[in-house]
Amino acid sequence: MTQTTPLIDVRDLRVAFKTPLGELEAVRGINLAVKEGQVASIVGESGSGKSVAMLAVMGLLPSNAIVSGSVKFRGKELFGLPSRELANIRGDRIAMIFQDPLTALNPVIKVGDQIAEAIKLHNRGISKKDAFARTVELLDRVAIPQPLQRVNQYPHEFSGGMRQRAMIAMAVANDPELLIADEPTTALDVTVQAQILQVLDNLRVSTKIGLLLITHDLGMIAGCADSVTVMYAGSLVEFGAVDDVFYNSRHPYTRGLLSSLPKLDREEETLFSIEGAPPSLIARPTGCAFHPRCSYAVARCSTEEPKLRSVDKVLSACHLAENLRN
Amino acid sequence: MRRYGHWVTLPVVFGLIIVTFWLTVALTIDFWSPFDPLEMVARRLKPPSTAHLLGTDALGRDVLTRTLYGAKHSIPIAVIVVFVAVSIGSLLGAIAGYIGGWVDAVIMRLVDITLSFPPILLAMAVAASLGPGIENAAVAMIVVWWPVYARLMRAQVLEVRERDHVEAAIASGVTRSRLLFIHILPLCWTPILINATMDFGQVLLLAASLSFIGLGATPPTPEWGAMISDGAVHFYQWWIALGPGLSILVVVLGFNFLGDGLRDILDPRSSD
Repeated sequence: MTQTTPLIDVRDLRVAFKTPLGELEAVRGINLAVKEGQVASIVGESGSGKSVAMLAVMGLLPSNAIVSGSVKFRGKELFGLPSRELANIRGDRIAMIFQDPLTALNPVIKVGDQIAEAIKLHNRGISKKDAFARTVELLDRVAIPQPLQRVNQYPHEFSGGMRQRAMIAMAVANDPELLIADEPTTALDVTVQAQILQVLDNLRVSTKIGLLLITHDLGMIAGCADSVTVMYAGSLVEFGAVDDVFYNSRHPYTRGLLSSLPKLDREEETLFSIEGAPPSLIARPTGCAFHPRCSYAVARCSTEEPKLRSVDKVLSACHLAENLRN
Repeated sequence: MRRYGHWVTLPVVFGLIIVTFWLTVALTIDFWSPFDPLEMVARRLKPPSTAHLLGTDALGRDVLTRTLYGAKHSIPIAVIVVFVAVSIGSLLGAIAGYIGGWVDAVIMRLVDITLSFPPILLAMAVAASLGPGIENAAVAMIVVWWPVYARLMRAQVLEVRERDHVEAAIASGVTRSRLLFIHILPLCWTPILINATMDFGQVLLLAASLSFIGLGATPPTPEWGAMISDGAVHFYQWWIALGPGLSILVVVLGFNFLGDGLRDILDPRSSD
């Protein structure tokens, strides 16, 4: 790994929600860094806190959330920044793509106008003509056919894949340095997923953008990410380069996730699944949050919370990490 | 699903015809009125005849002429009251829903207090304290009517502001006021519009009621409520109250038909 300062550096991020049931910790101290031109990814089941963590980074959480830790963007602390300054960074230097392109576009504004709005917000005094030209260029860049006609259409006239591409066009309108993609392909079918990933990859290569990919699709991570962070019940359980984590995982949860992938080249009677369900935030297991579902669990796992430490080439939070070998 | 093209139902057509007819009358009556509404044109209390289709009232004025002129007084009042109530109500409702916290609490308690009175009683109280007159009646009706829209708008804003595209707009760096006016409000108008159309009839009725009890239009203004009030004292001369009474019935019905039709077109939840 190179020694350049990361684009974004998240340290000990914690998010709790104030609820009538007390404070619920959704994110329990995660670290994360993305470098220029790199693709970092976060993987985890629904409810593991990955989306919440990213919304916290963007400052988009509702007011009942208590956020602590530090998020440095190019060395500048984002937490505690006045909302005005934060709004200037959002959409200009850090942009976000949402999971559901069907609802994330404003249904009553033309697609072109929405993209043009994103441009105008961060380029005061840009002429209408220039903003329009730039919009058409952006649509072309994300491979939307006939961009000149498409700018004047409403979101409902776009297909799901095209809407997601329009979302990406909107997100990269101001050449952001960091793009956060929250499950960008979840709502799309497989052939369209591949096209979207292609679009994102082209952008990364052509603009040196840093990409933070949040997903539960391991295939997608294997295909395009450099590093992977595995989250479980709000905690970081394993981190490392994609190849190291995929071929030499040191955490039973990651191994479970990898084994759950259906394999087309082998005939299997039943698909592997991790027993049980992810814990609720209200009744989090003591010790290691994964121990009730873990087939390797020993007595120590239910009493003592494992620390994240370096094992071989990865970081793992499992008491037995040293003993887990292929 | 929305069914464009299928919205032309019988009630909508009736509603459109009625409303268009009365709006045309209100706008053009000055040019083709058969008689002067304020002048004695025949013997007093004459029953309907070919010369005076709806007879004459206690002062010998033509009832048909006065009924047609009534549109010119009653309909603009309803339009103004609904317009102002919608403006004030939806602005306050939008602020309450968008900002929340104590601003929301203050505005909504004010709404609750206003809505806890029977509308006609509150309107009477306000109108009586301001004194009779069509302007004061309008003020009284606005006081009664704005909370309905504040509630509607607040509920709508609360729902729309949680939608994904609003979050996406924040993520692209939109300012707070722009978020409200460009990304939230344009999606909130449907129920307001439907309700406003239906309320035209109700407001018209309330205006007539206030005039009937002497708190609205003052004589000799040819206002429907005031005319019915005149007719009520002449029990055997039924024709005096017939014109204005029927007019109110028909106009209220027309606006309700139109409102129902609009709801069928605009609100997918209500269609069967």
